[in-house]
Amino acid sequence: MSSTTGLSVLSVVATALQVLAVLAGAPLVVGGMRQVRARLEGRAGGGIGQPWRDLRKQMRKQQITPQGTTVVFGLAPAVVAGSTLLIAAIVPLIALGSPLDPAADLFGVVGLLFLGTVALTLAGLDTGTAFGGMGSSREITIAALVEPTILLAVFALSVPGHSANLAAIVSATANHPGQLVSPGSLLAFVALAIVVTAEAGRLPVDNPSTHLELTMIHEAMVLEYAGPKLALVEWASGMRLTVMLALVANLFLPWGIAGAQPSVLAVPIGLVAITVKVAALAGVLATCEVFLAKLRYFRIPELLAGSFLLALLAVTASYFFATPTN
Amino acid sequence: MSWIGKIRRVGRIVEPADEAPEATAAPPTGVTGSLQLRHVDCGSCNGCELEISGAFSSVYDAERFGARVVASPRHADGLLATGVVTRNMQQPLFNTLNSIPEPRVVIAVGDCAINGGAFAKGYGVVGSVADVIPVDVEVPGCPPTPQQIITALRTVTGR
Amino acid sequence: MTTALDDSPTAPVLDEDLRTARRARGQAILSGGLTAALGVVGTALGLSAIFGEPRHLRIGWLLPLVGVIFDLGPLGGFFVAATGAVSIAVGIYAVGYAQREHWARFPLVMLPLFVAAMLLVPAAGSVTTFLLAWELMAAASLVLVLSEHNREAVRSAGAFYAVMTQLGFAAILLALVVLSAAGGDAFATIAAHTGGISSGTRTAVFLLTLMGFGSKAGLLPLHAWLPRAHPEAPSPVSALMSAAMVNMGIYGFIRIDLQILGPGPHWWGLTLMIFGSVSAVFGVLQASVSTDLKRLLAYSTTENMGLITLALGTATLLSSYGAQQVAAMAMTAALLLILSHAAFKTLGFLAAGSVLAATGLRDLDKLGGLARRMPGTTVMFGIAALGASGLPLGAGFVGEWLLLQSLIHSPHGDNTLLALMMPLSVGAVALTTGLGIAAMVKAFGVGFLARPRSAAAEAAREAPASMLTGMTLAAAACAVFAVAPVLFGPVLKQVLAALPTVGGDAAGPALGGFLRLPGIAGSMAPGLIAVALVIAVLLALGLGRWGARHRPDAVVVPLWACGADSLSSKMQYTATSFAEPLQRVFDNVLQPETDVEVTHFAESQYLVEKVTYKTLLADPVEQRLYAPVVRAVTSWAQWVRRAHPGSVHLYLAYGALGLLIVLVIAR
Repeated sequence: MSSTTGLSVLSVVATALQVLAVLAGAPLVVGGMRQVRARLEGRAGGGIGQPWRDLRKQMRKQQITPQGTTVVFGLAPAVVAGSTLLIAAIVPLIALGSPLDPAADLFGVVGLLFLGTVALTLAGLDTGTAFGGMGSSREITIAALVEPTILLAVFALSVPGHSANLAAIVSATANHPGQLVSPGSLLAFVALAIVVTAEAGRLPVDNPSTHLELTMIHEAMVLEYAGPKLALVEWASGMRLTVMLALVANLFLPWGIAGAQPSVLAVPIGLVAITVKVAALAGVLATCEVFLAKLRYFRIPELLAGSFLLALLAVTASYFFATPTN
Repeated sequence: MSWIGKIRRVGRIVEPADEAPEATAAPPTGVTGSLQLRHVDCGSCNGCELEISGAFSSVYDAERFGARVVASPRHADGLLATGVVTRNMQQPLFNTLNSIPEPRVVIAVGDCAINGGAFAKGYGVVGSVADVIPVDVEVPGCPPTPQQIITALRTVTGR
Repeated sequence: MTTALDDSPTAPVLDEDLRTARRARGQAILSGGLTAALGVVGTALGLSAIFGEPRHLRIGWLLPLVGVIFDLGPLGGFFVAATGAVSIAVGIYAVGYAQREHWARFPLVMLPLFVAAMLLVPAAGSVTTFLLAWELMAAASLVLVLSEHNREAVRSAGAFYAVMTQLGFAAILLALVVLSAAGGDAFATIAAHTGGISSGTRTAVFLLTLMGFGSKAGLLPLHAWLPRAHPEAPSPVSALMSAAMVNMGIYGFIRIDLQILGPGPHWWGLTLMIFGSVSAVFGVLQASVSTDLKRLLAYSTTENMGLITLALGTATLLSSYGAQQVAAMAMTAALLLILSHAAFKTLGFLAAGSVLAATGLRDLDKLGGLARRMPGTTVMFGIAALGASGLPLGAGFVGEWLLLQSLIHSPHGDNTLLALMMPLSVGAVALTTGLGIAAMVKAFGVGFLARPRSAAAEAAREAPASMLTGMTLAAAACAVFAVAPVLFGPVLKQVLAALPTVGGDAAGPALGGFLRLPGIAGSMAPGLIAVALVIAVLLALGLGRWGARHRPDAVVVPLWACGADSLSSKMQYTATSFAEPLQRVFDNVLQPETDVEVTHFAESQYLVEKVTYKTLLADPVEQRLYAPVVRAVTSWAQWVRRAHPGSVHLYLAYGALGLLIVLVIAR
């Protein structure tokens, strides 16, 4: 195992920096994706800073408590945001040796992701409206069907490094870049791409900018949120997308990441590297979205079953075609 | 894949932006460049709706000035009302307005919303939007052009 | 409440009521207290057997010919301690529950007897003692299931349960008789002679015990009694059955097949893994579409037993291939899952019982809004649901994490079987977790949040203090499993050492503040994650205060009803509608029966007066497997009836013929 017990100050600084980067960068990622869509549609778009303006505005609006809701509705935005911030602190984005790295591996990160989903789903049910229930029901079905794919993809990724610890996986890929073009890795990448689309609620699974409630999945759960809570929920959604894109980027393109005991120069290089990677992945995702229509809801399990099969093939391929690592 | 060629051929189709107008209403909450609107059709002939959808289309693109139409009034800070207020839509209009968190603005689009327009004397009509709820910004016209709508929105967003 | 014209007729009646109530309270306290006391004794005995010397006891005069032998080692002590711990919580809970539900004297007497019988099973040291204790346990549980026998559903569930229990017992009896014929009566004697047992006998014993113990544990395909009997039993009994009695099936399996019969061929582990994963997926699927709260929890028991069996199978399979370290990890996962399941299942059933006592309802479609009316019970069920879903900060997370780690670290080398089984098992575990999350979100969200869907739910009031105390004990256990499983480290190590054939001589995972996996790169710290999550949520709450000084005052407003004036409570999503997408995706497996009936107005065929929608989700295994078998048995029995015309002469002739055959064979 590559992690060491000594925690350098710089690795703590790098962890704090990556949490702040995710906090500050998530609305920019969302804004950037909207801009890419706008430009491809021939429009001018609101600019990369539009989600930030919307967030600041929502923070200053009135706090609303709908009748009949409980503390679950009130706390869910904080739980989603908190779990996402924790994931941002655990996964290696800027440097490898996060102080929380031995505390949670990729299975733990997946579990925390689902904790956020469950919190929002319960909030949707707590509103007691028909749309809230509908959004919750659809969201939890997709979450239940995407979990086998995620865990099998984690399995496929952990085979080369013999570990599910994130730092171990990333450093194994960084030290042996040849296995990136192995069938197992490529299949795992495609499977994870579908997973990110489903978990973050992007096309073709869910349209984040739809106005038709009967086509909503994520939006339907948050129809009742207003003002600061809505800002937290939207921010948390953006952060989840950013963290998932950054994780995929570092799992498959780990170059530029600082080591477990980073030097003073390596930390800003790591920050720039992850920013470039996330921006590139977000741009690619947004461009693909322009060419896709939203799937009918009852076609989504077929898509997820297909991704499950890809992940299963990824594992079997990585068993039989893995280049041996030490 | 022919779409890639089409995108490159068509290019940018949005009209160039005019000069920013004077602000007649302060942006709610004081943050410029961000206005989410919830549209309510109180009883219009849909002429204003077509112009509004034109205003938010690729040609006029109201989004570049920070305005966006949202599905839930809880997410909105402005009510975009069109048409005369019919008897059946009076209570829903109140409910929608009360569901929008403070601070909020009301924008009446079209002559019907301002003073009843062509349908002012109808038997199912309660009155114009201005008769029923306090209106902050008015956009006259039957229907107003997308440019006029955007200019009015820009007076609120400040961008 | 009574309006009497003079005092004297009412006063004796009120006194009588008071005396009855006081007597009932005394009886409930006696029964519940005895149960809890037995639980304490069991826990103490179990822990002393785990950490101290194994205890032997032989009572020669209790049974003719062989006597009764008790032999409590670390493995038996583990299960005795687990049963005891569950009984403490259930006993305290039963004090309040029995009064609320006006239990008759008979169930009150049988409750401690049931616990005593359950404590005897893991302590049994010979075949006859084991069978005796097993039947006592089954009989006691049957009597308790039939507590409310004036209801038709209870009677039919009781009959079903009785038949299946006895069939399972018949299988176990046959297996143990075959084993005993080969090795002797006492377990110690059989273990000493295990080398001399032929492989044919071993196979027979394995298959028969798989059937019998698997049925008791609720594994497919002999699980159908679980979702019928557990909901109809009173809730403390359901908790005992789901959290302690099904463990006896697992215990029997580990004891007979893994400890006594020793290392088996590869296909043993494979069979366990297959049965385990199929049970897990099927159980959780049924739970996710079930609208009856207790039936949901019962199917969740099948799911968890399936996961435990999968872990056992992994340990056995890997051990038979020589990967002792990973096998030890899988075995630790199984033991941890047994304990954590006992904790959160107890809590779940006790909370469901509290809801049932307060509203009279088990149907999720009619519940709701209980968070404001029963806040304590809501929190308790929330903890149980979190534990059952396998999410971080839930009781079941660490066990599942260990299981997943053991599956992904299994050596595959050039072995196609392992290379195929491990990914499929990971997929099965993952699907189980996902569907389990859906089931628990449905149970908690629809049953406890939002607004009440019926008058009974609206009239709910909180449970009394004794019920809440019992639930708090179980909740405390869940919390320990969630953040500090290190406290169970020594126990698990001792039990693991007692199982030398499944990786017992390899070091298991180090359960410290950080769980470390020896020889493998992998670690986790559930306590640290919990603390970090709390800090992160507080940070997020602080983030939400940004810009607070610009905000107008906060308000409480009606729900947004899309412009309508208000939303009735009937417009909320129900459990049926919540699970409908899942039901649609899996309708080949679930085979729902739906019936839509449209009634038109008499005056006009074009106008609809009423639409009735009925959906029935029966257990497809029951319909597809049991019904044909029962039909076959019935028709065969009808055919055999021809040999029973009623003539005494014919029966005497049968007897003589049978005796003749026996004499010829015995020669």
